[in-house]
Amino acid sequence: MRRPVVIAGWAVAASFALAACGGGSSSGPANINLWVFNEPSGSFKDAAKRCTDSSGGKYKVTLNALSNQADQQRQSLVRRLAAKDSSIDIAGMDVVWTAEFAAAGWIKEWPTALAAQVKQGTLPGPLATATYQGKLYAAPANSNTQLLWYRKDKVSKPADTWTGLIAQATNLKTHIEIQGAQYEGVMVWFNSLVQSAGGTIVKGTTVTLGPAGQVAANTMSKLAHSPAADPSLASQHEDENRLAFEAGTAYFEVNYPFVYPSAKTNAPDIYKNMAWAPYPGITPGTAAKAPIGGINWGVGAYTKHPNEAFAAAACMRNEENEKEAAIKGGLPPTLESLYSDPELIKAYPFAALIRKQLATAAVRPVTPAYADVSLAVAKAVSPPTSIQTNGFVNSLRGTLKDALNSQALL
Amino acid sequence: MSATVAEAPAAPTRGAPKSETDRAKAERKLAWYLCAPAVIVMLAVTAYPILYAVYLSLLRADLRFPNDRTWNGLNNYKSVLSSSLWWSDVWHTVLITVVSVTFELALGMALALIMHRAIFGRGLVRTSALIPYGIVTVVAAFAWRFAWSSAVGGFVPKALGMDFDPLDPTHPFWNYFVVIATEIWKTTPFMALLLLAGLTLVPEELQEAARVDGASAWQRFWKITIPLMKPAILVALLFRTLDAFRIFDSAYIISNGPNPHLETVSILGYNQLLNRLNLGLGSAVSILIFLCVVLIAFVFVKGFGTSLAQQRGER
Repeated sequence: MRRPVVIAGWAVAASFALAACGGGSSSGPANINLWVFNEPSGSFKDAAKRCTDSSGGKYKVTLNALSNQADQQRQSLVRRLAAKDSSIDIAGMDVVWTAEFAAAGWIKEWPTALAAQVKQGTLPGPLATATYQGKLYAAPANSNTQLLWYRKDKVSKPADTWTGLIAQATNLKTHIEIQGAQYEGVMVWFNSLVQSAGGTIVKGTTVTLGPAGQVAANTMSKLAHSPAADPSLASQHEDENRLAFEAGTAYFEVNYPFVYPSAKTNAPDIYKNMAWAPYPGITPGTAAKAPIGGINWGVGAYTKHPNEAFAAAACMRNEENEKEAAIKGGLPPTLESLYSDPELIKAYPFAALIRKQLATAAVRPVTPAYADVSLAVAKAVSPPTSIQTNGFVNSLRGTLKDALNSQALL
Repeated sequence: MSATVAEAPAAPTRGAPKSETDRAKAERKLAWYLCAPAVIVMLAVTAYPILYAVYLSLLRADLRFPNDRTWNGLNNYKSVLSSSLWWSDVWHTVLITVVSVTFELALGMALALIMHRAIFGRGLVRTSALIPYGIVTVVAAFAWRFAWSSAVGGFVPKALGMDFDPLDPTHPFWNYFVVIATEIWKTTPFMALLLLAGLTLVPEELQEAARVDGASAWQRFWKITIPLMKPAILVALLFRTLDAFRIFDSAYIISNGPNPHLETVSILGYNQLLNRLNLGLGSAVSILIFLCVVLIAFVFVKGFGTSLAQQRGER
C-alpha cells in the first residue's frame, strides 16, 4: 500500500514538469509576430493588415506593442532574444541597436537578393544604420531627425546656435524644450553636440572622445543653468517636451516631427504659429550635425518562418506603408522617392529640410557595446545641472573604456 | 530537521538500537522518500542558483558577447567595489533603510499598543491596520506615485501648493520623502504585528505590581514592557532591515525611469543583469548584496543572542 503512495507522489511531480512542455502546431498562414513600439496613429497596424491581405494566405502579421521608450523597448526585445525566443519574427529595432543585435547573433543577415531589393531607392543615411560590417541586417522602416520648432508669432528669426538660442529664450522669458532625462534621448543630444563640434565619442572599440566632448558638456551645462531651461529638464523626454510646447509655455522645442501632426489635433492655435528651423549648431554659420533616429525591421535569428518574416518585413516598408506612416504618424520615410511625393510634401512641408539633415546627420556610435556607451554618457550628462565640467572628458573616457570591456558598472 | 522528525518515534528504544523494529526502519525509509522531492526542489531552486551566481560573478559573461566568455577572477568585484556608483547606491539604500525602519519601529509600537489595548472593535482595528500590508507592493507604489507626481496630475503637490514635481530627480529630498513614506505606510502594520506578539508576552501581573508600587505609565512602558519585549523588537527589526535593504519595487516604480537618487543596490543589480545582460558584473553585485544581508543578519543575531543571555543572567 505504501509503494503506490510514493509512486503517486513522484507521478504528480513529473506531471508538473511535463506540463511546461507541449503546445501545438497549426497549418494555414504562418503567424509572423512583429514587435514594435506602440505607434499611436495606428499606421503600423494598417500596414500589418495590408501585408497580411496581400500575402495571398502565406502569412499573417500580428502586431505586438512594446513600450514607447527606446530603453524599455530594447530591454523587452533583448531579454527574449538572449533566451532564444522563437516568437520574435520581426523586431522593430531602433537604429542604434543594429551592431549589438547583429554581433550577438540575435538577428538574421538579409539574403543577397532581398538585400538588393531593400537597398534600391533607400536613402544612404538610414541604410547605413541598418548595416553592420558591410552586411545588411535590417530593412530601414522609417528615419527621423530633430528640428528646431518655434512660435513664429513670438520669435521672428530663431538663432542658429545653442548659445544664441539660450540668449534669445532668456530675453523672451521662455524655455527651450529638449530631452534631459537620463535615457537615450540625452545621448542623442550629447552625440549631436559632440559631432557638431567636430568630434566623435566611440569608433568600433576605441574611445575617440576629445575636446569636442568638453564643448558639448559646457553647452548642456550652460542651458541647464540658464533661465531658458525648463525647470523639469532633468526628467524630460520627447513627450513632455511636446506637451510643454502645446501648452504654450515654451516658444522653442527641439524634437522629432511627430510634434507637428500632434499639435494640429491637440493645439490648433499653437499649430497655426508653429514654424521650423534647422537643428541648432555650435559655431555660427556652420550647419549642425542633427540626430538621426528611426526604426529598422530586423528578422529574429530564432524565428520558425524566416522566409515569410523577410517577405513581411520588406512589405511593411513598401512605398504605400511608409507613406501612411509619414502622413498619419509623422515618421519620415527612408525611401528617396517619397520626398518628392506631392501628398507627402503637403502634410510635411519640412520634408526637404529633413532630407537635407539626414544626408549629414550625426550617426550614433556603431559598436556592439552601444547600450553601455549610451548608459555611460547618459549618467555623465544627466541631470544636466550636475555635469562636472572640470575634467569631464577624462572621466567619461575612463568609463567608456571600461564599458567597452564589459567592466563598467553602469 | 527531517532527521529529528524521523528519529522521534524510535526514541523510546534508543537504549537498545538493535531492537529497532522493522516497522520503525520502514517508517524512517518512507520519511526519506517523502522528503526527497522537497529536498530536490530546494536544491534546484536555491542552492543551484546561488552557486551558479557565484560562478558567474567570476567570469566575463555578457550575453551580448557570447564568444568572449572568459575567466575573470575577482575583476568583477574589483570593478564594482572601485566604482563610485556602487558606493553611492549603497548610501541611498542605507539611508532609505535606516530612516524607514526607525519610523516603522516607532509607529509600529504605537499601533501595536493600540491594537493591544483596544477594548471594543478589536477585530476591526486589527484588520484595518493590516490593510496596507495586504496590498501588493507594486500597486501601492503606483498609488503613491500617482498621488505625488505633478507630471501625471497627482493631487498632493496641488494640495500642498508645490510649484514643482516632487518626484522630479532635481528634488532629491522629496524623492526620498515619498519612497520612505511609501515604505513606512506599507510595512508599519507588519512591524506592529510582530510587536503585538511581543506585547502579549508581557505578563499583566508585573504591570499591576508596578502600578501598585506607584510606577507611572511612562515608567511601566520603559522599565517593564520594553525590556520584556526586547527579543520581539529585535526580531521585528531584523526582518524589516533585511527587507528594506533589498528594496526594489517601490523605488523602481516611484522613480519611473532612471532617477540617480533613488537607485538602490537591487536596482543596480537589475540594471546590470536585465538591461545590460552583463551576467558577470550583475552576479557580482547580487553576491555583494547577499553578503551585506548576511552581515546585517550577523550583527542583529549577535545583538539578539547577547541580549537573551543578559536576560537569563539577570534572572
